[in-house]
Amino acid sequence: MSVEALLLSLRLACTVAALLLLLALPLAYWLAFTAWRGKFLAEALVALPLVLPPTVLGFYALVALGPRGVLGKLWEGLFGHPLAFTFTGLVLASMLYSFPFAVQPLVNSFESLDRRVLDASSMLGASRMRSFFRIIVPLAWPGVVTGVVLSFAHTLGEFGVVLMVGGNLEGITRTVSIDIYDRVQALDYVGANQTALFLLVVSFAVLSVVYGVNRRVWSPWSGR
Amino acid sequence: MLFVEIEKQFRTAGAAAFQLHIQEEFPPGFTVIFGPSGAGKSTLLDCIAGLISPDKGKVRLREKVLYDRDQNICVAPQHRGIGYVFQSLALFPHLSVEGNIAFGLAKFQPAERSERVQRILETFHIERLRQRKPPDLSGGEKQRVALARSVITEPAVLLLDEPLTGLDQGLRRAILEDLRNWSAERPIPILYVTHNREEVDAIGHRVVVLVDGRIREKGLPRQVLDAPRALALAQAAGFENLFAARVIEHRPADGVMRVSVDGSHCELEVPLGTVHPGETIQLAIRAGDILIATQLPYGLSARNVLPGTVQTIETRGTMVHLEVHAGVRFIVHVTPGALRSLDLVAGSVVWLVLKTHSCHVVAAD
Repeated sequence: MSVEALLLSLRLACTVAALLLLLALPLAYWLAFTAWRGKFLAEALVALPLVLPPTVLGFYALVALGPRGVLGKLWEGLFGHPLAFTFTGLVLASMLYSFPFAVQPLVNSFESLDRRVLDASSMLGASRMRSFFRIIVPLAWPGVVTGVVLSFAHTLGEFGVVLMVGGNLEGITRTVSIDIYDRVQALDYVGANQTALFLLVVSFAVLSVVYGVNRRVWSPWSGR
Repeated sequence: MLFVEIEKQFRTAGAAAFQLHIQEEFPPGFTVIFGPSGAGKSTLLDCIAGLISPDKGKVRLREKVLYDRDQNICVAPQHRGIGYVFQSLALFPHLSVEGNIAFGLAKFQPAERSERVQRILETFHIERLRQRKPPDLSGGEKQRVALARSVITEPAVLLLDEPLTGLDQGLRRAILEDLRNWSAERPIPILYVTHNREEVDAIGHRVVVLVDGRIREKGLPRQVLDAPRALALAQAAGFENLFAARVIEHRPADGVMRVSVDGSHCELEVPLGTVHPGETIQLAIRAGDILIATQLPYGLSARNVLPGTVQTIETRGTMVHLEVHAGVRFIVHVTPGALRSLDLVAGSVVWLVLKTHSCHVVAAD
């Protein structure tokens, strides 16, 4: 098992999950509470990475991040080095790829909140910010955990996007899933199995957390 | 003084559009907003609170304009300074009773905050619940906490949407007493929504009757609800006996008119109205206003004595609910004591005695 690939994957997954949470919280709030009639378009856009093949996503990400792409050009102008085939590029592409996994659980849990509880918060003089952090987020806690955990796990296991955008540079963009692929190509079935089994166990543990939280096996709030 | 003049139309698929059209001033003190469900009571409160935007109109609290369509003013709910207890109470399930109550006091210093919380916990007798979470409270306790939470911010208006439903009379009276004590020193309008006649009587203040999005009547409960002028109102006010009847003749000298209840031979003398003979009217009679006699009474001022047979007898708490067939089916309420002393059973032959003025002529809306 390649420890270097594993650590890289974990670093990538943690970074992506954290950044996606920051991005998804306001977006999910907007999606859940806006009265805008064109909301369905935004929802479709958010769900797009779910249905597109990772190669399509990776291809467009590569085009955008590459030295001739808008983002790539801007990045190179600002920081003096290209974005494609770097860890940062990988983070951006992975965020795109795991986006619906972070947003949708949040939207679902925000939408299922009792509106009257939110109204009560407003009537008690709470600003939108205060309502959001003191009432909405604590009550939508299972959705927040689900969003973070799913985007973490999904990023951990991605393959196509990484290959397209990151390539296969050891220590920079070679993640566990690429490592497994490399080993199978090299007929190193034992090494591939070690890493694969590890991913399997991690994924199971992570999903158990998600379902446990949503079944309220652990809840920090009610005493029951 | 809260001044409200609003219009709001709801377009629901299939159903006819519902329109709320209110123009009313609410003075300091209790105003009961009474009406059947679906009359627009909660919508009215939501418009005042700013949770729903009316289509047009104004909402003004003394000199402060909260909503004015023409001037494009719409103060956000969190800046209106209005207390609102929802029908569902909407306590914050993740906060303790103390956390719920202190939530509205964010702008105060901790010392001031805890002093106010302490005072309100005492006013509503919920000190011992301080650390409990809402899921662990009983119905009455939740209602006390919701009231305490909404009044601790010293609102300029208090909106109460059926805050005491599902409580027994004793508990309801006790909580109302606490609320009265709290409001005694505070001259703010309190709008109390209910569809329960008993609560109207318990509060006993000005009542405004809302039917189909419009104010139909207002006044004291006795004036408004004991002599309803509209069928929907009679239904809402709990008139158990509602009959369609045809006017047979006017007797101006006696101050009455004779009517015959549709689908029966039953004839009654009711107060003289402007309805012409041959026309149809609606009659509303309270079950508690009908007397029962086991022998044909004589020497009575009551003008209507009808022979009938007891069909069913059902004891409901401190009241007995009888169905008596006397040409048509009457619902009659008596006390358990009266039932015993009259020895009534199903099949008993009785006489129903109705005063003329217990027969209310209402308009079929």
